[in-house]
Amino acid sequence: MTVILEARGIGKRFGGVQALKDVSLTIRAQEIYGLIGPNGAGKTTFFNVLTGLYTRDSGEVLLDGAPLELGTPHLVAQAGIARTFQNIRLFGNMTALENVMVGRHVRTKTGVLGAILRTRAQRAEEAAIRRRAEELLHYVGIAHRANDLARHLAYGDQRRLEIARALATDPKLLALDEPAAGMNATETAALRQLIVGLRADGLTVLLIEHDVKLVMGLCDRVAVLDYGEKIAEDVPEVVQKDAQVIEAYLGGSVG
Amino acid sequence: MIKKWFGLAIIALALLALPLVLTSMGTAWVRITNLAILFVFLSLGLNIVVGMAGLLDLGYIAFYAVGAYVYALLASPHFGLHLPFWVILPIGALLAGLAGAVLGAPTLRLRGDYLAIVTLGFGEIVRILMNNLSAPFNITNGPKGITRIDGLRLASADFSTTDTLFGIAITGPAKYYYMLLVLLLCVIVVNLRLQKSRIGRAWVAIREDELAAKSAGINTRNVKLLAFAMGASFGGVAGGMFAAMQGFVSPESFILQESVMVLAMVVLGGMGNVWGVIAGALLLSFVPEFLRYTVEPAQKALFGRLLVEPEVLRMLIFGVALVLTMRFRPAGLWPEARHRREFGEKQA
Repeated sequence: MTVILEARGIGKRFGGVQALKDVSLTIRAQEIYGLIGPNGAGKTTFFNVLTGLYTRDSGEVLLDGAPLELGTPHLVAQAGIARTFQNIRLFGNMTALENVMVGRHVRTKTGVLGAILRTRAQRAEEAAIRRRAEELLHYVGIAHRANDLARHLAYGDQRRLEIARALATDPKLLALDEPAAGMNATETAALRQLIVGLRADGLTVLLIEHDVKLVMGLCDRVAVLDYGEKIAEDVPEVVQKDAQVIEAYLGGSVG
Repeated sequence: MIKKWFGLAIIALALLALPLVLTSMGTAWVRITNLAILFVFLSLGLNIVVGMAGLLDLGYIAFYAVGAYVYALLASPHFGLHLPFWVILPIGALLAGLAGAVLGAPTLRLRGDYLAIVTLGFGEIVRILMNNLSAPFNITNGPKGITRIDGLRLASADFSTTDTLFGIAITGPAKYYYMLLVLLLCVIVVNLRLQKSRIGRAWVAIREDELAAKSAGINTRNVKLLAFAMGASFGGVAGGMFAAMQGFVSPESFILQESVMVLAMVVLGGMGNVWGVIAGALLLSFVPEFLRYTVEPAQKALFGRLLVEPEVLRMLIFGVALVLTMRFRPAGLWPEARHRREFGEKQA
């Protein structure tokens, strides 16, 4: 399978804390790749470096063979990595539909002049944005809430909306930061179905998750971070039996 | 549909007839109306920055000053330049927009209170510059200001004299009124169209959550600079018209209190909603003037003498009205739908 994302020797230090130490990993096309590890292992830091919110101290990331402009989130989004946040970050006072329409920003180009003159091209683009946003809301299953404010949506629906907004940027890689956090069993099952569906539709998914059961059941391959270092990377069955991993989780059995 | 057009026609006719009615009450009222329209321009410009993009700007009047001085310098005996207004207004809008971007650039990382403080400082810097740019080269003529600024002149119509059209006398201020009305229409259309565009959505997204907006692919730096520049250019146009109408500009027209007044109009009317902002601007422009003309006669009639200076009472009533509004309609008189829901008010 072709490699879609390759991180090489990513390092990040916060003062005296080495949050990430020489982390390298490869994600293949159309794979569901899990990133797990105990609290404070550096999972979210890695996500933030990958999506440009943090600058890194060392290393590089190749997306589809091209180096990513790390440190500038909108360029990362443009290159094809979209993300969601652990603590959902929607545009609360915009409708669900508008939230997704914002996601189309990076793939559209009408400027001020076009908007003021309301040119033919602008109207066509605007209609296409709306159509695509409606499709995506339908895809994640919240089309009926399109005109409700994002902050009035139920928790599970907000998670879905965040995924729809991320999908609107036409990503090659979708990075989900603890999507199942705070979800009940039913919601988690539905989320799992959604992620499997995304892969079936050709997307590659990078997943940070605390819910080890979900990760082990869903992911094709899993990497484990501990104190900023990658200690394992393999298919779930192998990682589960890895002595170092078991130790990292305080001797408890994984899964 | 027909009903809608009929309604619009009535409004248009009313707006066209307004100066004729006002002139019968005294030309002063036409001038007051013209100034009120200028404040609508300013409020709509500031609404882009504060209402849509959520960037608190306390120095907005600086862009009004830039527009006014650009007009004054290019159409007065001060430099001996007398360019036509349709050349100057775009230049003023452009330069004010540029000033907006210049202000925006160093403040990109600031939000809320910190941004407010820096913009407040910027407003003062511009005013102080106008005050002191008289030596070694006399550019602004310092605190004395620039006088004898050309009025508008369109083809054969001179805006400083009265003309008769179909037997109706149209005074100078009335001509400015019609000119402002045309500009106002443009400004409103521009505002509404921007709001419902990709750019407008990006502005609101930044207001709601800047980090998420970045991650969703918005170049927040450029989009914020655009908000500052667009907002400022409205101020530039308003400033140019102000200079033409008054025939005189000086730094004292551009004090902090004016910035605060414009911000109050935006907040009172309803941040983010174009119609609310217009209502706020008209209300805060007219009510004080109305009080000015009624407070004194009312006291004389009631008490036989003047107990409280009209100016004092005017500001008192004004302040109380603002406090009451914030207490009972915190989202403004006519808020944007989403703000209304945010503040949990129940009306439709």
